[in-house]
Amino acid sequence: MIVVELISGRTLDQGATVEEKLSEEYFRAVNYVGLSEEDFKSLGLKEGDAVRVSTDFGEVVVFAKKGELPKGMAFIPMGPYANAVIDPATDGTGMPQFKGVKAKIEKTDEKVKTVKELLEAI
Amino acid sequence: MQVVQDVVCTFCGSVCDDGEFDVEKKKVKKFCRLGSSKFSEKERIKAPMVDGKEVSYETAIEKAAEILANAKRPLLYGWASTANEAIRLGVILAEKLGGVYDQCASVCHAPGTLAVIEEGLPGATLGSIKNRADVVIFWGANPAEAHPRHGLRYSISAKGLLVKDRKQRKVVVVDVRPTKTAKMADLFVQIKPGYDYAVISALRAIISGNADVLPSEVGGVPKEKLIELAELMKSARYGAILYGLGVTQSRGRDRNIENAIKLIQLLNRTNRWVIWPMRGHYNVVGAGEVPAWEAGYQYAIDFSRGYPRFSPAEFSAVEVLKRKDCDAALIVASDPAAHFPAVAVKHLKQIPVIQIDPFPNMTTLLAKVVIPSAVYGIEAEGTAYRMDGIPLRLKKILETNYWTDEKILEELLKRVEKLKG
Repeated sequence: MIVVELISGRTLDQGATVEEKLSEEYFRAVNYVGLSEEDFKSLGLKEGDAVRVSTDFGEVVVFAKKGELPKGMAFIPMGPYANAVIDPATDGTGMPQFKGVKAKIEKTDEKVKTVKELLEAI
Repeated sequence: MQVVQDVVCTFCGSVCDDGEFDVEKKKVKKFCRLGSSKFSEKERIKAPMVDGKEVSYETAIEKAAEILANAKRPLLYGWASTANEAIRLGVILAEKLGGVYDQCASVCHAPGTLAVIEEGLPGATLGSIKNRADVVIFWGANPAEAHPRHGLRYSISAKGLLVKDRKQRKVVVVDVRPTKTAKMADLFVQIKPGYDYAVISALRAIISGNADVLPSEVGGVPKEKLIELAELMKSARYGAILYGLGVTQSRGRDRNIENAIKLIQLLNRTNRWVIWPMRGHYNVVGAGEVPAWEAGYQYAIDFSRGYPRFSPAEFSAVEVLKRKDCDAALIVASDPAAHFPAVAVKHLKQIPVIQIDPFPNMTTLLAKVVIPSAVYGIEAEGTAYRMDGIPLRLKKILETNYWTDEKILEELLKRVEKLKG
């Protein structure tokens, strides 16, 4: 298990599939967490493995990917997977904290839920 | 072969207006991957639906009007991916219903609006930035993935009147990670997440001649690098900070932007500097401007007392849903079920939701009434504001049987007025 600072954001793949949210392509574009190579190795992961991401606000199972990120930082593309774990507090601004949330990441054998299953579970 | 010239893209806030659309092949040329995907054929909502059963437009609208008219305080949310003509009707509808009007910016660039209320906005059009800016700083913005042609047309390799090419323009990226945009920059400043405010304050200190008060490192950036950035900013004839959600969605939110505007004010004592948000959806500016000219505010507007009140802490969609403070929702051209925090989606699942959208999405899965609509810029014409507030006319290039958002909302408003008396 590692503790990271989690951010979410746009990617080209997310943008290109955002009008096809119920498609396999959108599912693939948003269902992963990017980790630095060092963190990826320290968890003993290989591409395609699933990890559980948990924060004070929820948890979600996603695929793990190596990304160009500093050690200790994790990135989930904006969308339903990121939104299961980001901080919903808006501090009076109306804006939840989509970026900069402490998260625990651990390897898991659990299945990555589909977009529909994710909504059903809320 | 019929090719429509100067097609206007209705994906991101850059609203590129130079596309070429091949009507037979239904393919667009010149646009980026996001624009090409916008103009490609994809799955649509086939017909209006009530409780999953296909019905006529009239029946769906009648049901929607009934739900809204019977609600004590409906939430009317979305609006960033539709035309101004539809948004205008949405604001009128919110007023008639005594509901809450909110739009996508409240989970995007709205903290910048709060900063602008405090500090004003020393801004510029994209044309001005393209022609004049010799230093461009992308702060928490990654246009290579979110606005792919922005750099080519306006801010990185754009060929301007006075700043002629990439060689004459210094590009800086400030971000928490080495993004695709960072790879195109002359200078990349990597900061720790949530330290934007501190780094901006450090730059203000250096530029105002107080570098000696700074510690050796601020927000993960060595002092020498901060001085290098400050010197570059001071050397600009015309500089632009273009900021993204890295600033508005992380710790500090509106205060980060407020501090950045103060930095710009300081720089403007000696140089010309502007600051502008990299707006996301193609008409998210309209989703704020239209209610501003109709009701005086850009978002988070409550009409329950018969007059508009603005308070993002109370009337932004996420806050309203978290507090379970709405008993029905009309969602237009948006997908809050995918883009809101789970705790807000939870209440959305418990109230009757009406969706107006061309494409099925996660909100479709929980909506009681679904009304499919035409795609602006492809199947419908209208007006949208580009990210810099320039209005552009969206073209209709294909015929469709789908109703436009404008027509649907017009009918909905008529029926609501009848029910409300």
